Amino acid sequence: MSKVERDEHSGTETTGHEWDGIKELDTPMPRWWLWSFYACIVWSIGYWIVMPAWPLVSDYTRGMLGYSSRALVTEELATVAAGRAEVTKALQETELADVKNNQELYQFAVSGGRSHYAVNCSQCHGSGAQGGPGFPNLNDDDWLWGGKVDEIYATIQYGIRSDHDETRTGEMPAFLKDEILEKGQVNDVTEYVLSLSQEGRDAEAVARGKEVFMNECASCHGENAKGGREFGAPNLTDAIWFYGGDKETVQKTIANGRQNVMPAWADRLDDTVIRQIALYVHSLGGGE
Amino acid sequence: MSNSPVEKIDVQAVNKKENRSLYVSRKKIHPKRAEGTFRRLKWIIMGITLAIYYVSPWIRWDRGPLAPDQAILIDLEHNRFYFFFIELWPQEVYYITGILILAALGLFMVTSLFGRAWCGYSCPQTVWTDLFIVVERAIEGDRNARLKLDKAPMSFSKLMKRVSKHTSWLIIGLLTGGAWIFYFADAPTLIQEVLTGEARSVAYSTIGVLTATTYVFGGLMREQVCTYMCPWPRIQGAMVDEHSLTVTYHTARGEPRGPHKKNDTWDGRGHCIDCNQCVAVCPMGIDIRDGAQLECISCALCIDACDAVMEKVGLPKGLISYDTHIGRVSKEPITKLDVPFIRPRTIAYAVLLTLVGSIMLYALLTRSALDVNVIRDRNPLFVQLSDGTIRNGYTVKILNKVHDVRRFQVTIDGLENAKAWNQSEGPQFEHIVVPVPGDTLSAIKLFIAAPRSELESGSMDITIIVKDLVSGLTEKQSTTFKGPK
Repeated sequence: MSKVERDEHSGTETTGHEWDGIKELDTPMPRWWLWSFYACIVWSIGYWIVMPAWPLVSDYTRGMLGYSSRALVTEELATVAAGRAEVTKALQETELADVKNNQELYQFAVSGGRSHYAVNCSQCHGSGAQGGPGFPNLNDDDWLWGGKVDEIYATIQYGIRSDHDETRTGEMPAFLKDEILEKGQVNDVTEYVLSLSQEGRDAEAVARGKEVFMNECASCHGENAKGGREFGAPNLTDAIWFYGGDKETVQKTIANGRQNVMPAWADRLDDTVIRQIALYVHSLGGGE
Repeated sequence: MSNSPVEKIDVQAVNKKENRSLYVSRKKIHPKRAEGTFRRLKWIIMGITLAIYYVSPWIRWDRGPLAPDQAILIDLEHNRFYFFFIELWPQEVYYITGILILAALGLFMVTSLFGRAWCGYSCPQTVWTDLFIVVERAIEGDRNARLKLDKAPMSFSKLMKRVSKHTSWLIIGLLTGGAWIFYFADAPTLIQEVLTGEARSVAYSTIGVLTATTYVFGGLMREQVCTYMCPWPRIQGAMVDEHSLTVTYHTARGEPRGPHKKNDTWDGRGHCIDCNQCVAVCPMGIDIRDGAQLECISCALCIDACDAVMEKVGLPKGLISYDTHIGRVSKEPITKLDVPFIRPRTIAYAVLLTLVGSIMLYALLTRSALDVNVIRDRNPLFVQLSDGTIRNGYTVKILNKVHDVRRFQVTIDGLENAKAWNQSEGPQFEHIVVPVPGDTLSAIKLFIAAPRSELESGSMDITIIVKDLVSGLTEKQSTTFKGPK
């Protein structure tokens, strides 16, 4: 680069780069740009000193201002909690069933419950609380353990077949696997259960199945098969099925039993949050 | 040349075609003061526009105890826009869109008729620049004095002039920025808060920013803003045609130009005596004799300057005048009466203006004090209840634009045996009644349930009817009711 080449039109030095006969001029940076650049460098040095900047082996430089975004978030959360202290207290002190008489408190509970539901419950029950096989739909009016807001609250607190001391437990035995019933009896009782909500089942099998049902199933599901909430036994006569209402699924349920688990939330979530979720679930349209 | 009645000014247009390059540093322009018809017109328009700007926020308008009493108010905090008897909600911003379309069409129309009349007379940039030049002239004198002052070495008197000029500009800027904020809050309250230092920081920062922009744009950048920052000069070329009235130098009459002495004959020469007065008064620093160019803002000060010269040398006025491109090149300049104001372009703009204006007016006159929006729940689409009934969920948004609480009855049409209920009222009803506080949007959760047997198909069209129980004002919204196929 000893020879300096100058552009014949402008007299500016070229960089020596050439594309298709077009040469790049070595025009200096505009002065305002350079000065902005230098100012940025000076600014950054100041920034390193006052703000957290450089990573160290197991720590980082904390800066003179002691800024910490984590501390700020904690602080903001505390402020929010303090701001809500009054309404939170009111929610704690009001009977859950009476909350809806106070529209402001009710709105607070339901909208809070909606977001807590989305974080904690939607993974199993779905974002619209529509559930799925083995996970109850929370929109409808069919409740295994009761649909009053207090009952929903208790279910969320203690869970179903969870490790909590006060958990709600009901057992659906595996009638075939545990050799309580013969294969034919399982088929008969399936026919009977389906006949409660579907027409045109095998009449003979239904009659045999009814006998089996009265002996083995009525203790939990009731003689009229309308279920029993003390055991979380589903109503077998309505239009809603927990695991599915086709013959194969019902047969599978009877043969192998069902032992789904709902975790207990009492130790994981704040009691106010559980109250909010209970009110939200109750508000979905099926609450009793 | 000393015996010439009109002195030739040593000035050259800063952006003559021959001198143009892609980028040049700014050459300062010191426009000479013009006197005449158009200058007077500009004073009047300046007075009116500035008065509108400074006075508008102080006009009161009684809207009752619950609404602000300011005639023109942009209430960002409560999302309302008040303009005399009109009150707009955020849902009605399409009115703003309509006004912007009307403004654009109006600008197109005026431009096709009179060139850049907006730029020359009523653009804020022009108005404030003009105001700043008035101040400059009062402190530093007219063109020649200012040129001399620029060249003079720094002295106490020069420093004093400069300081008082910039201080005056900054005060005007401050008043400009200060006036702006009164459109956004109750003006009498806000001015007290501003003066006592109690106003919110956004008020002060707005004043600061607008003071700075007014000072920089009106005092320092001036014509640079119009030439380099404003997009309008680039677009206007598409709006004007050979019939548009623009500020025009009549080449056929003026050329060949040259200095003229008293009693010389005008035979064989044009009427332009090349005195450069038109260039000296131009706030954009151009030479109109070069023809139409993007810098020209049609302010017509060159017409005033040239008319004064023509009078002095005893020639008819109008060597430079508002004329069409056709008039510019013809031997006989066409008169105002010949200008075809009605032509396809202006008819099209007029039709569009009327159309958009009528739609706006219709929308405004039929504007209801009640607005209803129905949003169907999509997750889940529908719920089957234990007795086989199908239930759908909806969010009904009721906008009560009246300042009093109103009770609305919500009913369903198009679905037999349907029941409705809302979140907190468990039992099922044939309809529900909801109170909505004044000046509020209420979102109501509405559940509608119908026996499976009523569903003719997977999706049925239904209507949700919201009726004010007192006035009977009714809004209907159609939506669908979904069930299993």
